[in-house]
Amino acid sequence: MLLTAYLLALLAILLAWPVPVALSRARWTSRSPFAAMVLWQSIALAGGLSMIGAMLVYGLEPLGDNLLQALRRAIGIVLGNRATDELHFWHLFALCAAALLGTHLIFTLGLTYARITTQRRRHRALLEVLSSPSGAIERTLVINHPAPVAYCLPGGSRSVTVLSDGLLEALSPAELAAVVDHERAHLTQRHHLLLWAFEAWRQALPWLPTTRLSRAAVSSLVEMLADDIARRTTPDETLVRAIALVALGGGAAEAPQGLPAVVRPEPAIEPGMPDEGEASLAARVSRLLTPRPPLGRARTTAVLAGSGLLLAVPTVLLLAPGLVG
Amino acid sequence: MASLGELERSVMDQLWSTSEASTANELRDRLAQSEVQSKDLAVTTVLTVLSRLEKKGLVERERGTRPHRYRAVSTREDHTARLMHEALGTAPDREAVLARFIGSVTEAEAATLRRLLARG
Repeated sequence: MLLTAYLLALLAILLAWPVPVALSRARWTSRSPFAAMVLWQSIALAGGLSMIGAMLVYGLEPLGDNLLQALRRAIGIVLGNRATDELHFWHLFALCAAALLGTHLIFTLGLTYARITTQRRRHRALLEVLSSPSGAIERTLVINHPAPVAYCLPGGSRSVTVLSDGLLEALSPAELAAVVDHERAHLTQRHHLLLWAFEAWRQALPWLPTTRLSRAAVSSLVEMLADDIARRTTPDETLVRAIALVALGGGAAEAPQGLPAVVRPEPAIEPGMPDEGEASLAARVSRLLTPRPPLGRARTTAVLAGSGLLLAVPTVLLLAPGLVG
Repeated sequence: MASLGELERSVMDQLWSTSEASTANELRDRLAQSEVQSKDLAVTTVLTVLSRLEKKGLVERERGTRPHRYRAVSTREDHTARLMHEALGTAPDREAVLARFIGSVTEAEAATLRRLLARG
């Protein structure tokens, strides 16, 4: 059991720091955003599992040869309120830390969900009063504002795409269609669930390199995935033009008269945080300007198989009785 | 009969168009003048809409007088600005997990983008 604990700890360290750093620098991710997304998810899951698992296995080591058996005995001790001298201080420390970390992760996930839901509900209430349905495009609301803005508000059957007057004015019909396809792709592919999970992961352990890197990577990959859906019906140049018009039209232009100038302030960038948006927008536009072929079948399969393996390793280490040690 | 959402929008438009607080009766009269479909609008409907808007934090009620007078909490522009902040991810609580086409763009980003476009 002790060897299992050390192997899990090693895996947890690798997945917390060197692996995500390497992946966030890898250039193939923009060629196959889907495979990269799967890999990030498995890094996060396997990372969390091995972190908690390492402490659990270490703490339960004196109680049995495999995790399930030891866990059963530990529960017996707790429920029976029995004294034991098998567990020493560091075992108990590891067990408490594992329990705390597990609870913390689940609570943060729930808390983030609650906060996001509240915020969306408030946003939707305001939107209902301030916007009007677009006559031409279904499930689309138009809001009166000169800055070009497009976004989607997920909410099951009430999901909507929101466009601003400024956007409708600035874009040609083809460019507008690309933007709407892009936003719809976010909704149909349920990107908000991915963003929620990785946002919670980052908020739970903000000091861990992997959580920040994965959050940034996922928000960038989600945009690439949505772009790829838009590219099915729109030529790349049109999509690039739409991106440029929205990004430069709104950001560079001064606030129009009669409107509060607070609409596009400098975003509050946390100190010490690299500007993730900058790299993301550049990467997104570069892959449209000079498209590279998607990753070959063999390499995509390798990435997906690697992701599966990454999840399998901690699971097997935890559950296989007496496999090691 | 208009949907509740549409009614809320019309009521807010009326409240935003004046600086004074209005009673439900006055609002109904003004709605009847301005809109074709609101001819048979009951005061109770207006009151329902107003209480929904109050719950949403868009409308406040002056309790000193009878009948109650209602006014918009803040201007249409302020609300729109807040909406846009949230949409662009520049709101102080940065959790709005809204997928936006382009978030807020800094000067550095705009420069990078221009450079890329010039090269492409």
